[in-house]
Amino acid sequence: MELWFTEQHTKDVNFSIRVEKQLYSSQSDFQKIDIFDTKEFGKILTLDGYIMVTEKDEFIYHDMITHVPMATNPNIKKVLVIGAGDGGTIRELTRYSTIEQIDMVEIDPMVVSACQEYIPQTACKLTDERVHIYYEDGLKFVRTKNNEYDLVIVDSTDPFGPGEGLFTKEFYGNCYNALTEDGILVNQHESTFYDEYVATMQRAHKRIKELFPVVGVYQAHIPTYPSGHWLFGFASKKYDPIKDFHADQWNQLGLITKYYNTDLHVGAFAVPNYVKELLEDVKQ
Amino acid sequence: MKKLTQHNAPVHEALEKHRLNRVVPFDVPGHKGGRGNEELTEFLGERCLKVDVNSMKPLDNLCHPVSVIKDAQELAAEAFGANSAFFIVNGTTAAVQAMVMSTCKAGDKIIMPRNVHRSAINALVVCGAIPVYINPGVNKELGIPLGMRIEDVKNAIKKHPDAKAILVNNPTYYGICSNLKEIVSLAHENNMKVLVDEAHGTHFYFGEDMPISGMAAGADMAAVSMHKTGGSLTQSSILLCGEAMNEDYVRQVINLTQTTSGSYLLLTSLDITRKNLYLNGKEIFRKTVEFAEYARAEINKLGGYYAFSSELIDNDAVFDFDKTKLSIHTRDIGLAGIEVYDILRDEYGIQIEFGDIGNVLAIISAGDRAFEIERLIGSLSEIKRLYSKDKAGMFDHEYINPEVVLTPQKAFYSEQKSLLLEDSVDQICGEFVMCYPPGIPILAPGERITEDIINYIKYAKDKGCFLTGTQDMNVEHINVVVEVE
Repeated sequence: MELWFTEQHTKDVNFSIRVEKQLYSSQSDFQKIDIFDTKEFGKILTLDGYIMVTEKDEFIYHDMITHVPMATNPNIKKVLVIGAGDGGTIRELTRYSTIEQIDMVEIDPMVVSACQEYIPQTACKLTDERVHIYYEDGLKFVRTKNNEYDLVIVDSTDPFGPGEGLFTKEFYGNCYNALTEDGILVNQHESTFYDEYVATMQRAHKRIKELFPVVGVYQAHIPTYPSGHWLFGFASKKYDPIKDFHADQWNQLGLITKYYNTDLHVGAFAVPNYVKELLEDVKQ
Repeated sequence: MKKLTQHNAPVHEALEKHRLNRVVPFDVPGHKGGRGNEELTEFLGERCLKVDVNSMKPLDNLCHPVSVIKDAQELAAEAFGANSAFFIVNGTTAAVQAMVMSTCKAGDKIIMPRNVHRSAINALVVCGAIPVYINPGVNKELGIPLGMRIEDVKNAIKKHPDAKAILVNNPTYYGICSNLKEIVSLAHENNMKVLVDEAHGTHFYFGEDMPISGMAAGADMAAVSMHKTGGSLTQSSILLCGEAMNEDYVRQVINLTQTTSGSYLLLTSLDITRKNLYLNGKEIFRKTVEFAEYARAEINKLGGYYAFSSELIDNDAVFDFDKTKLSIHTRDIGLAGIEVYDILRDEYGIQIEFGDIGNVLAIISAGDRAFEIERLIGSLSEIKRLYSKDKAGMFDHEYINPEVVLTPQKAFYSEQKSLLLEDSVDQICGEFVMCYPPGIPILAPGERITEDIINYIKYAKDKGCFLTGTQDMNVEHINVVVEVE
């Protein structure tokens, strides 16, 4: 018998992973949560049938969403993470002893408890004493904050379903307001390879550009996400991710990473021409 | 035959049967189940086109219902606590007109608040009845018209004992209710009928802890916009009648103007919606109120906005408040409601029901999702942060009491001339001018044009309100009555 998990990347493209065993399946108030054990990718978490995290390639995503802003401003003390129920982003952040407080806002407590039980590889640091978990709507939480965080990481699901509100102009505006004067916003920025994702990415980029003086997009290669080519948004009130990059200072920390390094930091902002063009289009 | 219950939807069931019977159509509509219009079928879906049919024996006839439409209307009457019910496919406008025309003939008087929907005054243009306006109370802070005060109703009845009917908004667009029960008893003591415009009150019949509905208050007729808060398709509506109405006469009046090709899409939507509201209405409207109350509390926390609610109740001009309405006063952040309305749509991708001079109104329903409510609140907080300005110089009222010189019908059919808006002061208006939505006339035919009114129209235009009603599509000229000495 063969059991396969299939995610439709587009109407005409399927992505399948052979499943050894289904470990968990539950319908929360917000989404369908499944965890599978697979031979190639280890344990994988899916929400509403979309892959969120696999044990094999999660390091790429979590390295890139955390170390890029942390190496840009090593003085980040207070961080807000929105989404991130699997805990991977938190795990990377807790490696910095300089960070004093990490607030995590996740709408769905069932995602967190499922990951804590089945995917400790990512969820292992959610109990760190600097971490405060709030189970509520991200948009609502951030609305009430003003000049509080040095870094906001939007580790969201896709712009449909429960994560929809996290791709909106009002959300980015509320984030701007929640950031301190040298604050940085990093967000999961979807992909541009398949046409159906392009408009969302462009809209998100446009909205962020309207609000922040410094805006960039950087990339990583994540095999289990549609097309494998994934983008992150970098926006800040002051610091430029290249000009203000503290490579030496970061290297002195001696953090061992599997994907991120300071050469790659600079290279990641060099995006392919077709992505550049799409970003240029937004400006007009 | 098995007795029908509220679990039935007779029109829906008959259509389903008709669909499965695969009858060969040599009748209208000419698209023949969609095959004759590929692009339309592709867009709306084959299922939809297949049931877009004409009246026929097994499907009854809206103009003269004897079988499934009759059954469905009877179930609706039972669900709404009415003596009889009519399915209306020409919008609640048609239902309001049927109410007026069933109770008033040319020259008869009808008492109504001036802040009625244009459909009520339209009916007066058509049938020649004479309006006796009651000035609604006005909330000075919010600048909105309220309900009718009992004292004012009593005075109007005393002054016009020959009036045939009283028309009541239940509730107004903003969610404000008059003391309907008391108005009904005053009217009936004086042999007047009570007509209730419940365009925004479908939920009063099905939710718990709601303001009283027209039929429950003993009104004689009520026009209920099922499509607005009930969930049926746009343009479908129900007209309800109490015991004192001759339903056969009402049907004749409806048939004066209603189409003879009633859409079965609209009829089925009324039938299914009635069933759904009867069976699930309590839960649906509990959820609606919960959403609205949550949004109100959060919006009021933002500061600058005032999402008003039942604290307005004064047992007179605001006898009750419809808590499903999310009306928000915006003037204190220095923005007109219409400006907030435009920014929400253009900048944040959020479409709300209307914005006028001082307020916006968002329609909340059980179809909303929690994160969308958060988006609305989040956007309002951003609009305050990014756009708020000094409120000095802002218009502070929505409502101007008009002077009625001629009846609407007389003015509408008089000889008229076109003048520039600013040259029309002191003339008698020959047409309607209103912002749409909400569709409450600023000027109706027969009313004196004043400087104050022209300033208001210009201000509304300047702020971006969508003005309608005049022959001049740009609303720069206005038709006035040529007065014959």
